[in-house]
Parts: sequence; structure tokens; C-alpha cells
Amino acid sequence: MGNSQNKIRVLIAKAGLDGHDRGAKVVARALRDAGMEVIYTGLRQTPEMITEAALQEDVHVVGLSILSGAHMTLVPKILKLLKEQGLDDTRLFLGGIIPDQDKPELIKLGVNGIYGPGTSTQTIIEDIQKACQ
Amino acid sequence: MPVNHAQAVLNGERLALTRALTQIENNTAEGLEILEALFPHTGKAHLIGVTGAPGTGKSTLVNQLALAYRQPADGTIPPRVAIVAVDPTSPFTGGAILGDRVRMQDLTGDPGIFIRSMASRGSLGGLAAATAGLVQVFDAAGFEIIIIETVGAGQAEVDIARLAHSTIVVEAPGLGDEIQTIKAGILEIADILVVNKSDKPGAENTLRALRNMLSMAHPEGKHINHHGQLMEIDSETDQTGNGWIPAVLPTVATSGEGIPDLVSSLNAHIDFLKSSDLWQLREEKRLKNQLETLLGTALRSRWEKSISPDIYQAALAKVIKRELSPWRAVEELIQGAGL
Ligand SMILES: Nc1nc2c(ncn2[C@@H]2O[C@H](COP(=O)(O)OP(=O)(O)OP(=O)(O)O)[C@@H](O)[C@H]2O)c(=O)[nH]1
Ligand SMILES: [Mg+2]
Repeated sequence: MGNSQNKIRVLIAKAGLDGHDRGAKVVARALRDAGMEVIYTGLRQTPEMITEAALQEDVHVVGLSILSGAHMTLVPKILKLLKEQGLDDTRLFLGGIIPDQDKPELIKLGVNGIYGPGTSTQTIIEDIQKACQ
Repeated sequence: MPVNHAQAVLNGERLALTRALTQIENNTAEGLEILEALFPHTGKAHLIGVTGAPGTGKSTLVNQLALAYRQPADGTIPPRVAIVAVDPTSPFTGGAILGDRVRMQDLTGDPGIFIRSMASRGSLGGLAAATAGLVQVFDAAGFEIIIIETVGAGQAEVDIARLAHSTIVVEAPGLGDEIQTIKAGILEIADILVVNKSDKPGAENTLRALRNMLSMAHPEGKHINHHGQLMEIDSETDQTGNGWIPAVLPTVATSGEGIPDLVSSLNAHIDFLKSSDLWQLREEKRLKNQLETLLGTALRSRWEKSISPDIYQAALAKVIKRELSPWRAVEELIQGAGL
């Protein structure tokens, strides 16, 4: 019963100490317009904060924006913390500036999708919908 | 399985708690069974509603309130605090952006706090039913303070005021003409009025406007106590008839100024409710309200299941052509469904 009520819930977080969250906000709005419930957490999120929010909000997806270049330390940490909380089934999507040579390693770690600047939001929406089927 | 799930919630397992909240929000059969098992454990928490116009600083205030509850000045064991932050669902897309957590960053890392955002989802009785359900889960899980934030607009505001024991209405200066921003009907739902952003120009005017409104509603009432202490008043002079005159308190949620007074005022309100029969009365009203909402939803969904869409469409077409009145159509549709 009530299956029409099941919405895809996405946590959007911006990790690292650098600057702005314009990209994250654009993605948040696009996901909302695609009918998802987007929990926006703001700037400067640590892996601990992201994991705690993912647990409390019981999201299907964490969308993480990293511009600082710290993805190779942040991503494994977040995946490990999610696992420790029993949130193994949470999908992780990455946005920001991720060099090509790091991508295979990140995917191997369990990242579901990686999107550079200029990715169409439609692509992100479709990938999330597919991952949540 | 749902019984084990409920037991895990009672044991304080956070994963079980968050999954239970989801089941209940999605109105699943498992969610209902969990609620059923948890219901005997509810009825202990103090439910605080926080409502007011967009951007008045509700989330920032909730952040401060939760911090204050978690660090009692007298060093007693702090209550556990749950926060349910409701934001509207877009009626066009069905999606929502839930951004209240942004202002509650100070609360991360405290295992005695649990913040859950929810979208209004806008189904029939949806907000009231689902919010009441989430609150009951937190209550059963041992959260003694449950704060519900909702934008003060239309039905949502009224629903929250019905759900909560104590309702805080948040105003802010500088939203234009003070008198106009203060909506009629506010006194019916506010137990405490807060003028947040009191660091901004115009705060004095907003405070004055609210106090004037109150003194008109309570002509014999003495001036509102700044320190949130319960005043002795003659109930005959109180036009709301329950003997409580709302406090009007200035706050600066970004700095925490005024928060201790707000906490004392909330405590005074709870003492007041408990010392009269109002606590019991509010509990009864709340459960009656929940029962009626559930009944309405259940009857409708039962009806929907038992009537064929064709019959419904045929009746609708006749109404549109004015061959059948809507009243008559309702009669026939209900009979056709064999209710
Ligand atoms: N100057 C000043 N700004 C404040 C105060 N309280 C909150 N703000 C700011 O007001 C803005 C809105 O605050 P929120 O707490 O998000 O307001 P809200 O009422 O929860 O907003 P919605 O949930 O969107 O309706 C933020 O930029 C806050 O930093 C205050 O006491 N003084
Ligand atoms: Mg808010």
C-alpha cells in the first residue's frame, strides 16, 4: 500500500573547506524538479557529519560535491563510516573536480557515479533513478 | 518482524529508528505495525511546535533551543531532543528541498539529538498523519523533547498547533508593516510569541505591536513577564479561557540571546498545562484529531479500492455536463462502492 508515497531521498553535501556551493544548489533544484526529496546540508561537511545526516534522514543517495582535491581521502572515509552505521545500501554520487586518473579507483571503492562540471542534470537524474530502482 | 523492529527502536538503535520513520512516512503496512507496537510507549514527550513566516529564523532558533536543552544550566541530566523539520512539497513536481539542517550544524555529533527532515507531501491529511506518526516513534524511543518546525502557512500551521503541547510563533522585524505581518488568528495558536532577529531595526515596534494585540485579547492582564515566569492571573480576565497569557519574548537566534528566557517560558507552560487539566485535554484532543484523520484517510482509500474507475469517470462526466449534481453523484458513488 501507499507505494506512490515512496520518494527518492537524496542528501546533498559539500565537503571540504573551499568556497561556494553553487553547483550543489543547481543539482539540488534539478533533483527536486524531478520529484525527489533533497536534503540540503550546506558547506564544510566532514565525513562524520555527512554520515550522521545520511543516517538520520535515511536517504537512498548521498550526492557529494568536492572541489578541494581531497576526494581520495574523503571518499574512502565516508564509505567506511556509512558501512559502520549499517548504511551499506546508500549510493554515493560525486560531483566536482575529479581527475580522470582517480575515477577507476573511486568506482572500485563503491562510488556509483562521478560528474564533472558541465554534466547535464538530466544525466544525473537518470543515473540516480536507475540506481534506486 | 515489525515487532522486532519496534523492539529495536525501543532499545535505542538508531538505524532501526530511522528505518521506522521511513516506513511510517511512506505509510506502509510494516510502518503501521511498528506504530501499533510502539503506541503503548508513547505519551511522555513534551511536543513543541515552532512555526512562523519563511525566513524568520525558525531553524536557527530550533538549533539554539536544542543546544539549551542539551546543556541545562542546573547541571541535571539533559533530555534527549528530536527535531522534525517540515518543508513544503512542490505541488508541481512532487519534489522538495529540505534545507533546515543547514542551520542546525551545531547539533551534529550529539547522540542525544536526532534531526529528521520531512516534506509535506500534500496528500489528504498527509502532513498531520505522517508528522504525528513520526513524533510518536520519537516519543516511544525516549526522546523527551520533540521540536516540530513548520512554515507558518495555512493548514500546516494549524495542524502543528494541534499536534504540539506548546506552540511558538516566530515573528521577525523588517518584514514590512509590523501590523500587517502579524496575522489574525495567531493568538489562537501561539502559546509563546517570539520576536526573533531582535538585533535588527524595528524589533521594538514588532514587540510593541504584539504586546498591544495581546493586551487587547487580555484587557485585564498585567504586563507580560520578560523572564517567562508564569503570572498569576484571574481566569475570568483571560479571553482565551484557559488561563495562559502568551509570553512575548525577543531573541537573537544567531547569538543565542533570549534563549534562556524562552526555555523558562516553555517550562512554565508545561508546568501550567500539567497543573491544570489542560495537558490531559490537549492529549485527548490530539488523539481524537489523529483518529479522525486516520479514519478519513482509511475510509477514502477503502472506497477507492471498491469502486471501479469507470463508474467514477462516468459520474464525473455527468456532473461536468450538469446532468447530475455533485451531491447526488457523491450519494451514488458511495452506494456504488457498497460502503
Ligand atoms: N540578524 C539575524 N539573523 C538571523 C537571526 N536568526 C536567524 N537569522 C538568519 O536568518 C536567515 C534565515 O534563518 P532560518 O533559521 O533558516 O529561518 P527559517 O525560518 O527556518 O527559514 P525557513 O525554514 O526557510 O522558513 C539565516 O540567514 C539566519 O542566519 C537573528 O536572530 N538575527
Ligand atoms: Mg527553517
